[in-house]
Amino acid sequence: MLRDITLGQYYPADSVIHKLDPRTKLFGTLLFIISVFSFDGLLGFGVITLFMFGIIYLSKVPLSFMVRGLRAIVILLLIAGALNLFLTPGQPLITLWKIVITKEGVRNASLMTVRMIYLIMGTSVMTLTTTPNQLTDGLEKSLRPLSKIHVPVHEIAMMMSIALRFIPILIEETDKIMKAQMARGADFESGGLIKKAKNMVPLLVPLFVSAFRRANDLALAMEARCYVGGDGRTKMKPLVYEKRDVGAYAVVIVYFVIVVLVKSLL
Amino acid sequence: MSFILDKVSHRYSQGTAYEITALDNVNLKINDGEFIGIIGHTGSGKSTLVQHLNGLLKATEGAIYYNGQDIYDKDYDLRDLRTQVGMVFQYPEHQLFEETVFADVCFGPKNQGLPEKDCTLRAFEALRSVGLPEKYYYASPFELSGGQKRRAAIAGVLAMKPAVLILDEPTAGLDPKGRDEILDLIAETHAHYGNTVILVSHSMEDVAKYVDRIIVMNQGSVMLDGAPRDVFHHYKELEEIGLAAPQVTYLMHEMREAGMDVSTEPTTVDEAKDAILRMLGRK
Repeated sequence: MLRDITLGQYYPADSVIHKLDPRTKLFGTLLFIISVFSFDGLLGFGVITLFMFGIIYLSKVPLSFMVRGLRAIVILLLIAGALNLFLTPGQPLITLWKIVITKEGVRNASLMTVRMIYLIMGTSVMTLTTTPNQLTDGLEKSLRPLSKIHVPVHEIAMMMSIALRFIPILIEETDKIMKAQMARGADFESGGLIKKAKNMVPLLVPLFVSAFRRANDLALAMEARCYVGGDGRTKMKPLVYEKRDVGAYAVVIVYFVIVVLVKSLL
Repeated sequence: MSFILDKVSHRYSQGTAYEITALDNVNLKINDGEFIGIIGHTGSGKSTLVQHLNGLLKATEGAIYYNGQDIYDKDYDLRDLRTQVGMVFQYPEHQLFEETVFADVCFGPKNQGLPEKDCTLRAFEALRSVGLPEKYYYASPFELSGGQKRRAAIAGVLAMKPAVLILDEPTAGLDPKGRDEILDLIAETHAHYGNTVILVSHSMEDVAKYVDRIIVMNQGSVMLDGAPRDVFHHYKELEEIGLAAPQVTYLMHEMREAGMDVSTEPTTVDEAKDAILRMLGRK
């Protein structure tokens, strides 16, 4: 049942992309997102398509995993596409009674759709090749300078990693409690909205109780190990840039320059 | 004949990188009124197996028949099956949610569609049979101690009067006294109602004393299936998969090897006592 949901969907594999420093991947993803929203024309589209599929190929993650992430936004895509298609003013292309499809509309709709699809696929390359812990580590270290202006970077990162760690635990717990109540004849499927909400009580109460119990246990365990926050805390696996990271930075920057050049030349 | 499992296999997360085979081609026949112990190491598939019996998990392959009916049939009412096959999960106290213990025990019977009066009656009966002191009936379940919560939760399932009662590690995390009390209670209800009881455990000691059939699970399949004394004959194989026969079994085997004329059959301390007395008396 719920066990099949993959959140923080790390896909273990032995690839160059997996081995990259999370900071490199964060930076690369950021540049990729900017490039996706700034490209224009077929040539630019060709460049980012080539780049993205190249990276996906290198990551050794099956393409179906990236596509799976798209299922969640299908409806959003359809709505955004339709709105752009029908509501953009401009040179009419097809006119059916009151519905007018303009040339600009077709252009906007296809651009929008491609951008959103690439955004999801590009970012899922990062989440599929980086464990949540690496990701928060990378964020913490990248944002470290902000602690100079009293932003609690370490605390935010710690909260993030705890929250991420708790997602699978709570999913499992939900699954267990749901089964236990179903075994006692509880019904989570049928009935109207109000009845359904009422039927959730036997699930939500034990879930909250257990979440608090776990939070308590965790706080106690952290205190027992003398956790006092980020000051002076060292890492078991500190993030260190390696040669391949330098290469990756170079590749990403060259790619970005090409996208910008293509855009300004046309 | 209550259950027939025909070539049942179960795979978690099928079709992903995390696929795990939890059950592999399991064939079983479970008769009415049996008291069965399912034993296996952590991850051997025992919990997965019992969750198939009331349709909480669906087998990826194979078929399950309850009273001659295929439970995966489209017209089969799984909710009805669940009212007949009661299931006490591991740490059942984590499922308590009502404001009072009494109301929580009523939850099951209410879902069965019984009238208010019957629910009340059954709840009283169940709470009395688990031996929870009456002063706790209208207390919040969250105020109870661990052992009492466990009793209340078991009462919640007993109140449904299931024809088949499944208990998944009902004694996990209890002290020896609490453990014996819970197991005695289960044995008593079995003797009283003659219902089928399936007890999942990894403690041979617990199981040997009560059940009349043991099913040993290993890596998702049934390794041994038979009366306790027959299963414990294979104590060397049991050790290989990280389980152990009851300590008296070892004692009897060692006495035998030391040249004493005792039976190696006993599986409980009482039986061992009788066997040793018999040997001494013969001398």
